[in-house]
Amino acid sequence: MSVDGFPPRSPGRARVGADAFARLSDDDLATCVHCGLCLDACPTFRITGLETESPRGRIYLMTQWKRGTLPFDEEQVKHIDLCLGCRTCEGVCPSGVPYGRIIEAGRADVEDQRRPSLKRATSRVALRQLVGHPGRLRAAGAAARVAQKLHLTSVARSGRMLPRLRARFRAPAGNIAPAIGQRKHRVAFLVGCVMPIMYPQSHDAAVKLLQLAGCEVWFPPGERCCGALFAHNGDLEGAERLREANMRVYEAGTFDALIVDSAGCGAHLKDFYPGLKGRVKDLTEWLAEVGLPEPKREARIRVTYQDACHLVHAQRIKNQPRDLIRALPGVEWIEMRHADICCGAAGLYSTLEPDMSNRILQQKLEDVLATHADVIAVANPGCQMQLEVGLRAHGSAMKVEHVSEVLLRGY
Amino acid sequence: MPLPQPVAEELRRIVGRESVIDAPNDLRIFERDGSIEGAVPDAVVLASSTEHVSAVIKVAAKHRIPVVPRGAGTGLSGGAVTIRGGIALQVTRMRKILAIDPVAQTALVEPGVVNQELSLVAAQHGLFYAPDPSSQKACTIGGNAAENSGGPHCLYYGVTTNHVLGMEVVLADGSVHWVSGDAPDRVGLDLCGVLVGSEGTLCAITKIKVRLLRIPPSIATMLAAFPSIETASQAVSAVIGHGIVPAALEMMDSVTVGAVEAHYHAGYPTDAGAVLLVEVDGIAESTRELMAAIGKILGENQGYAIREAQTPAERELLWAGRKGAIGALGRIKPNYYLHDGVVPRSRLPQVLSAVGEIGEHYQLPVANVFHAGDGNLHPNILFDLRDRQVLHQVEAAGEEMLRAVVELGGALSGEHGIGLEKSAFMPWIYNPDDLGAMHRVKDVFDADGILNPGKIFPDPSRKSVHLAGRTGLAVEAKWW
Repeated sequence: MSVDGFPPRSPGRARVGADAFARLSDDDLATCVHCGLCLDACPTFRITGLETESPRGRIYLMTQWKRGTLPFDEEQVKHIDLCLGCRTCEGVCPSGVPYGRIIEAGRADVEDQRRPSLKRATSRVALRQLVGHPGRLRAAGAAARVAQKLHLTSVARSGRMLPRLRARFRAPAGNIAPAIGQRKHRVAFLVGCVMPIMYPQSHDAAVKLLQLAGCEVWFPPGERCCGALFAHNGDLEGAERLREANMRVYEAGTFDALIVDSAGCGAHLKDFYPGLKGRVKDLTEWLAEVGLPEPKREARIRVTYQDACHLVHAQRIKNQPRDLIRALPGVEWIEMRHADICCGAAGLYSTLEPDMSNRILQQKLEDVLATHADVIAVANPGCQMQLEVGLRAHGSAMKVEHVSEVLLRGY
Repeated sequence: MPLPQPVAEELRRIVGRESVIDAPNDLRIFERDGSIEGAVPDAVVLASSTEHVSAVIKVAAKHRIPVVPRGAGTGLSGGAVTIRGGIALQVTRMRKILAIDPVAQTALVEPGVVNQELSLVAAQHGLFYAPDPSSQKACTIGGNAAENSGGPHCLYYGVTTNHVLGMEVVLADGSVHWVSGDAPDRVGLDLCGVLVGSEGTLCAITKIKVRLLRIPPSIATMLAAFPSIETASQAVSAVIGHGIVPAALEMMDSVTVGAVEAHYHAGYPTDAGAVLLVEVDGIAESTRELMAAIGKILGENQGYAIREAQTPAERELLWAGRKGAIGALGRIKPNYYLHDGVVPRSRLPQVLSAVGEIGEHYQLPVANVFHAGDGNLHPNILFDLRDRQVLHQVEAAGEEMLRAVVELGGALSGEHGIGLEKSAFMPWIYNPDDLGAMHRVKDVFDADGILNPGKIFPDPSRKSVHLAGRTGLAVEAKWW
């Protein structure tokens, strides 16, 4: 150990300035003109009222680190940690600051600088060892499911967070689901890591909708986690390894589009997989493009919708899920206030920053409950889990469903 | 200089441990607002109530520590910058809309309520809050009242002071008072009129009662392109000369249009020398008639590609482009220096050609966005702070532009306030007697000078803005 309590560093490594923050781009940082239009779009600023917990403040901090005008200060890393990575700020930024890219690079740089914490080290190991390997994650999911059946998890905090687990999603034999009716498109489907275990019903519904829309659905064998969870937590190298592995899988097949029904994965694929340029589509984006057949049933429910940050802000997909749901006969639509503001889930954030996550959730629930909807539709598993936990704690009967499930009610 | 520990302890006892920030590295993040200069506060204190504000100011008064109220920090004249150090008194947690009275058409709000949020909530009653600064997504009503902010629609509706009915304020001794009340007609000495726009130098604002207006049944928005700024300015004069006062009348030059189009894709014609955005509201018959008349006048004055927004979404997009224009300039250069001088409308073409010449002389790109209807300029000098050589030129060009405004019979600021940025230029438009009168008002409210010191009044030690002059972090820090 060195005298200041930090672990020893490799010789010659600068502790401040550009060398220590090599991944952060000064040109990216320089696009911020400090106008402050992003402040009230930021969930953590809305809660704390503090410049240090705002996008502008975080960019200012990282800029100073990068330029060496502020020393790296372990205490200040909490401002970076508290960022949800929701990218709401990007949508309102007139200057086009690539905040998502900045915060991911900043986090990766910070990980090299900071004193290791057990919690973060554990989450990184868990990501690499568990999520990075689909077989191991499935095994863990199966174990959790057994534990739930035996009521073993009622004591564990994480057990309360998990939804009731069902049998995991399985790709059909031959890894193909045929089009219903005339085959118009051939699409690949991202099964992913968390969705098939936590919310198999969302995938089931999504695949059914694709088939109804005349798509032959291919499930690329050997596909792994897309890497989004890694990148969001400052493990860019881990994400890169997964991208390389996945690209080999995708290049072996032919498809018109790669369909993603989890917003976080979709955003990551669009940003980090240049080889798939233009072919990554969110489920709702694709369905709005190719069209669904006439619904056969009335839905008869009051529905509202929580935007997924990585859909509305990162992918700028706002109208498609709304339009699709509203087109269902019998649906009573209600737009929720602040629908495009994060619910506090944000991937691993709810585990790493439970206090802030919960404060954001409580603020969100006021808007959710005020809709008096029967169902709140979501587009990402993290949002679903977070809202389920919150609604359950409030004793509300409101159901949380993936957009795909809501849409399938019409067929 | 950090606060003495006993003072910091006193403050912590008032607002709670978590609500006093005095870690030096964290304070650096609070050194700026939306303007160009920064200065590090000695502490940031987050108030959650009038009692907090009052108690904090009492402590500050006792120890003669400067207090600078701060909202979202979007101001463009350095109003929230702690130039003499002291306490940045943050009111962003006081963000409750306390009451909306749909019959009296008023709202009572805390100072941290975000401007646009008030209009969104008021819309449930068919009402809106008229002053609409371009930063309305983030800026606070408290900040708006302190700066007497304007906005595109203030041409027709008037600026913030025309919409504030009364305020609860905390004076320099920590005492709490109400000034004015419910009636638009302020009875007796108009103290509210004195305090709105006092830029934090006379009081801290803790509650604001504002007037709400009924959302007009019909709104029509038109976009027109012109070959040059001069022709567009003539068209503005022609519209107003016909006795028409639109709800808003905005101009953008070609540099701005290019930057805005890149982000918003609002359909602004990028080949134009200037673009006008015109809005009228009222009952449907009258807006139709007015729009037809305006369209005709614009066409007669070399306007082309004239089109009216057909849907509310299209209208919103046209406005999004205008309201995000200043931030969008970050696409051209990472920093800019922005003034907001005002000239009599008829002098617009002259002042704009002067602005253009100054930019050319210093070889600095200048983007113009402005409230053409009321002659309020916003020339933005674009630069990159990382190129230190250019800073003196930027300062000199900014000063010359303001000089041109004043020589044409204009004023230093239309809506951003004097703040830090323009205080040195106050003697250009006020003689020593005028300034003395203002000083006497300041002395009545704040004899010890603890409330936002160093603002509005010229400081003999500062001749102009100090883009390059600040020491240490200043030149390293990023301003616009």
